[in-house]
Amino acid sequence: MSSAALLTAEGLTKRFGGVVAVEDCTFSVPTGTITALVGPNGSGKTTVFNLLTGYLRADAGTVAFAGRRIRRPDPIRLYRAGLTRTFQQARIFPDLTLVENLVVAIQQPWRTIVCRAIGRDDRSRAFELLEEFGLVQLAEARAGSLSYGQKKLLEFATVLMAEPQLVLLDEPTAGVNPVMVAAIETRIRELNARGLTFLVVEHNMSLVMRLCDPVIVLDHGTKLAEGRPADVRNDARVLDAYLGA
Amino acid sequence: MLLRFDSVVAGYGRGDILRGLDLDVPEQAVTCLVGPNGAGKSTALKTLSGLLKPRAGRILFEGHDIAGLSPARVLARGIVHVPQERSLFPLMTVWDNVLMGGHSMRDRGAVRRRAEALAERFPIVRERRNDRAGELSGGQQKVVEIARALMLRPKLILFDEPTMGLEPKTRHLIFETVARLHADGHTVLLVEQNARAGLAAADHGAVLDGGRVAIAGRGADLLADPRLGELYLGGSGPTANGSGGMNSPA
Repeated sequence: MSSAALLTAEGLTKRFGGVVAVEDCTFSVPTGTITALVGPNGSGKTTVFNLLTGYLRADAGTVAFAGRRIRRPDPIRLYRAGLTRTFQQARIFPDLTLVENLVVAIQQPWRTIVCRAIGRDDRSRAFELLEEFGLVQLAEARAGSLSYGQKKLLEFATVLMAEPQLVLLDEPTAGVNPVMVAAIETRIRELNARGLTFLVVEHNMSLVMRLCDPVIVLDHGTKLAEGRPADVRNDARVLDAYLGA
Repeated sequence: MLLRFDSVVAGYGRGDILRGLDLDVPEQAVTCLVGPNGAGKSTALKTLSGLLKPRAGRILFEGHDIAGLSPARVLARGIVHVPQERSLFPLMTVWDNVLMGGHSMRDRGAVRRRAEALAERFPIVRERRNDRAGELSGGQQKVVEIARALMLRPKLILFDEPTMGLEPKTRHLIFETVARLHADGHTVLLVEQNARAGLAAADHGAVLDGGRVAIAGRGADLLADPRLGELYLGGSGPTANGSGGMNSPA
């Protein structure tokens, strides 16, 4: 890969009791790419995400982000440093409005939180994002009233509030209708064109193959293959992993 | 044809998972459904066994439309469903679990005789008869579940990913059991994540994608079909293009 790595994972290992979920997993996410992390069910994709973002502690291995080794990945510190993520099931605050959801995502002075008084800059940034994501007309609605797909869009918008360098998307289109899939794909492309790097776990392989490059394939918790979409698709080992040997 | 899905639409919440499923399941054969995540394999079984009401279409079993019947009624028609997750009662003995499979039979003597016959056929039931089901390995539990499913002499047995989470050696035991059911003249509809092993064990197969059958044919023919891989890996051919799992346009 010609561009420098924004994120590097080396020798990541995670065991749950006797089960090795991730084993000696090494890969990198080149700056400016939409990198895919794919693999059959149970291959360790979400566990890798959790290790990278500090939701799980690795038994072995290191993570480096933007040239710095992250000794103990911590979700809040990583968020401030420019690495953020979404979840398979969108994590939003259902009782807050959409604007409030976006604003609470970034650090606020204590008084602001207590008074629920949103700063003008944050508010305008939130509206900007909601506009971009086609949710602006719902800005003051309760987030809990959104459809499943809209909640995913809201979560996506929320992680952008801190102007990250790298966004990890965990199954951004799972359970989402085709129109919403197209909207999410467009957002990813536009943000990437503006320089944002993505690491995407996604089961919709047609989407992966047209959107992502490179594609990293996990199987049994370790990297099985990596490369251009066409190369990965034609790799017999990848086919074996998906279809069973 | 023992079973026919005719343009069946079903799903959860606002979304459809099955988007007009047409599928034939012939008698005394093993039919295997494979396909990428979210293609609708498990949803097809749940819709058939009454756990999920279809939104449109017909499910013809022995010529009668059974779409939307309750699970108990579907069972009474002779369709048993062995679910994906472990379903034995872990604190009950293996023997009592098997007897539970006959709970809808009135004649308790017949229940016992049937269970004895199954214990002959499935040695694990005989050997571990008095052990708690929860003490058995995952593969052994699956075999006991299969024995329990046969208590009512079903006309059609549905298996939802019976080898999920099992060691390769144990997987072999499950496929062997399926082969024996086939040899005994049972009709099996199998959903399998290991597409190659599933299709190899089946007479007929269908690859689901986006809630419909993308390709169907003899199991062996499907194994050799290059479109199978394309459906899993998002190929560029007309069959797979733009049809990623449950997100494919209707």
